[in-house]
Amino acid sequence: MAEGIKNKVAIIGMGCTKFGELWDKSAEDLMVDAFKECIEDAGIEKKDIKAAWFGVHFEEQSVGKGATSLSLALKLPFIPVTRVENFCATGTEALRGACYAVASGAYDIALALGVEKLKDTGYGGLPGFRNLMGARNALIMPKVTAPGTFAMMATRYFAVHGLSPDDGKRMLAKVSVKSHHNGSLNPKAHLRREVTEEQVMNAPIIAWPLGLFDCCGVSDGSAAAIVTRADMARNFRPDPVYIKSLQVALSSGEELMYTQWDGAHVETGYRAGVLAYSEAGIKSPRKEVSMAEVHDCFSITEAVTMEDLQFSSRGRVKDDIEAGRFNLDGEQPIQPDGGLKCFGHPIGASGLRMMYEMYKQLQGKAQQPERQLKNPKIGLTHNMGGFPAMNVVSVAIVGL
Amino acid sequence: MVGIKSYGAYIPRYRMNHNTIFSAVGFLGTFPAPGENAVANYDEDTISMAVTAGINCLSGMKREKVDGLYLATTSQPYMLRQNSAIVATALDLQPGMRTADFIGSTKAGTSALLSAFDAVKGGTSSNVLVCASDCRLSKPGSSQEPLYGDGAAALLVGSDNVIATFEGSYSVSYDFPDRWRAAGEKFEHAWEDRFIRDEGYATMLPEAISGLLKKYNLNIKDFAKIAYPGIYVREHGAIARRLGAEPGQIQDILLDKIGDTGSASPLMMLTAAIEGAKPGDKILVASFGNGSDALFFQVTEKINKLADRRGVEKNLASKKELSSYEKYLAFRNLAPMDLGMRGEESIRSPMSTLFRERQSILSLCGSRCKRCGTPQYPAQRICVNPDCGTVDEMESYRFSDKTGVIFTYTGDNLAASIDPPAIYGLVDFEGGGRFWFDLTDCDLDSIKVGMPVEMTFRRRYIDEACGVHGYTWKATPIRV
Repeated sequence: MAEGIKNKVAIIGMGCTKFGELWDKSAEDLMVDAFKECIEDAGIEKKDIKAAWFGVHFEEQSVGKGATSLSLALKLPFIPVTRVENFCATGTEALRGACYAVASGAYDIALALGVEKLKDTGYGGLPGFRNLMGARNALIMPKVTAPGTFAMMATRYFAVHGLSPDDGKRMLAKVSVKSHHNGSLNPKAHLRREVTEEQVMNAPIIAWPLGLFDCCGVSDGSAAAIVTRADMARNFRPDPVYIKSLQVALSSGEELMYTQWDGAHVETGYRAGVLAYSEAGIKSPRKEVSMAEVHDCFSITEAVTMEDLQFSSRGRVKDDIEAGRFNLDGEQPIQPDGGLKCFGHPIGASGLRMMYEMYKQLQGKAQQPERQLKNPKIGLTHNMGGFPAMNVVSVAIVGL
Repeated sequence: MVGIKSYGAYIPRYRMNHNTIFSAVGFLGTFPAPGENAVANYDEDTISMAVTAGINCLSGMKREKVDGLYLATTSQPYMLRQNSAIVATALDLQPGMRTADFIGSTKAGTSALLSAFDAVKGGTSSNVLVCASDCRLSKPGSSQEPLYGDGAAALLVGSDNVIATFEGSYSVSYDFPDRWRAAGEKFEHAWEDRFIRDEGYATMLPEAISGLLKKYNLNIKDFAKIAYPGIYVREHGAIARRLGAEPGQIQDILLDKIGDTGSASPLMMLTAAIEGAKPGDKILVASFGNGSDALFFQVTEKINKLADRRGVEKNLASKKELSSYEKYLAFRNLAPMDLGMRGEESIRSPMSTLFRERQSILSLCGSRCKRCGTPQYPAQRICVNPDCGTVDEMESYRFSDKTGVIFTYTGDNLAASIDPPAIYGLVDFEGGGRFWFDLTDCDLDSIKVGMPVEMTFRRRYIDEACGVHGYTWKATPIRV
């Protein structure tokens, strides 16, 4: 009988670079920066690391295929290094690989590191998706962009839940205003300016109905974690953070090709949440999850994710948003670090960047006192990669 | 009796007023003739328009019975790779058939039609679909620009259930150098209009028509409708007078409504004439281009049984003005748009994938589970219905002739598009099945969740480096 991953692995060190348009840094520079902070935090030596997992998505933009860019950049001494890629869940997949390696007993200490250098494309936004889905799909699917595919979910959410475009956009604007506030307090964030609801509402349309401020930033960045067996964790530090759950769910095709999915939620998000809560032994996510970093690539993604993860009931996230439930001083703070909204989304790094925030908050070390949440017990990270109709979602739950 | 079993036409949604052209590029001293031209959208070309005319013609017909497809055009996208075979694949016709391209002259439409009659009469084919389509590129400011319109017509030729019997023809052929375009050239050349008009148009058309009358011992007054291209409006009327025809006998040349559609023009007019005909009517149609073919038909009782379809009349009524000449130039890549670096990412044209997946890509065929009946696109081996999951019990299922509704949509300003925003969405098909498609021939403001759509075959890209014109199916609001 499978037991799951709960309390078998602990994070003993983490590092995260400043995210942003880092014109003077290469992907390798970012890996070294994240690793330096991470290994210092863990208080171990490089020779203690016995295996590594490396996450990068658009390898053609920066480091190339394989995992040698990590082993070469960090001068890892002939240990196994594995590159993983699973759309926007890539960073969390790297962590999952490292955690499974440790939980299996194969290694005592493993490294997970994610990086993405998005700002060497020469244009704003992500590269085109034409060749991302394989040769046949490139010939039958529309030439979509990320904002466009998520905009379709907003269109659908408004239609299913009877929101006028104006009401719907205003609900989403509040999501972005909240995250910008959180990001403004965080020196590692890329976008550090507050925005007003009116600014968000009046911003140029990127993909109807989503405007500029409904979209997350596009940034460079890297983050890393060192994990060890739970029974060894306190040998390294008094406040290790324990893995309670690591789950991933992928589309079966029924969202895009069958007609049951309502288009106003992410089915994999709900499924991954159910799996994760079961693994972590969480009965009431709304009450038990103290805080979360979810995949707010777009404001609508965060809104439906609140429902998918059962923080809000179906179709009612608007009430919670308006009540300030997810604000930094609310009952269940979401994106306390500013989220993808303010950090941008260097794909391979995002999952580990989210975990960095949960790790620091749980330890009470959220750098700035005004950012520190009061006694969080359980933190959750959520990544969603692909399009609402066809995607991967990861959910990780951690606690002290 | 050999004849025409069905007809269909396609006229693009956009119309550009002659004033729009003249105000942009008109020469001093010239003035526009009143009227407008049909203008293909940026994602349309000869092949895509031929497919739509073909679909309209085959509505209610048995596609599996079609054993020939002839495409007539002077603006074929491919010099090597049979254009008619692409049209046949898009129409999901069975491969046991004869396909041929008829090119090189505006007479090509009637040449193809005559060959189809010969093939059926000779017994080598039973049902031949003849598509004539032209989307001719004119040099900005040229005299062709306000003259030429884009469009296509399709006729199904067979020997049973014919709505108009083919009674006979008379042809003349001359190496008449009125217009020409050498291999590799983008634009055509033309000699002086007075030469074309007097030595060609006003001479060869009457020669073919008179030859037909003489050959079959007919009188011009016998015909309910006489249809021939009207590239010179005044001379068009003069020819009729010289032939002794009454104005009521002359079929509208559509010059002020869609322009001269080249090789499609005689078939377009024939279609319009049949649409307005009653049993017993005789129709004469003639082409012009390096000579002339004159053909005559007699409408049968079966015309009353043919279900309502998209001929010229419906296509004429459904239109939207293209008021920007600059937009037109962008559509034709005569003023190349900046698609951004994202738009310049390499377009892969993996031909072996295209061939293997031709049923998905060109025919818009998916599969239907024999166990649970769920249609799915693209074709699956394992049923996508979560309550079924049956393996390898699928049959082919065609989506191109199914309507659907918009499940959701967006207008994307970030996606590279010649006509931004790029509008796309998910479509739920009537009868089951869902997929996402580009939306075309629509405006973002008019799109709503739940709006009915139909599928239309369009050009997806031109890969200049590899010389590939790629095609795809898009959704479009149902054209009334």
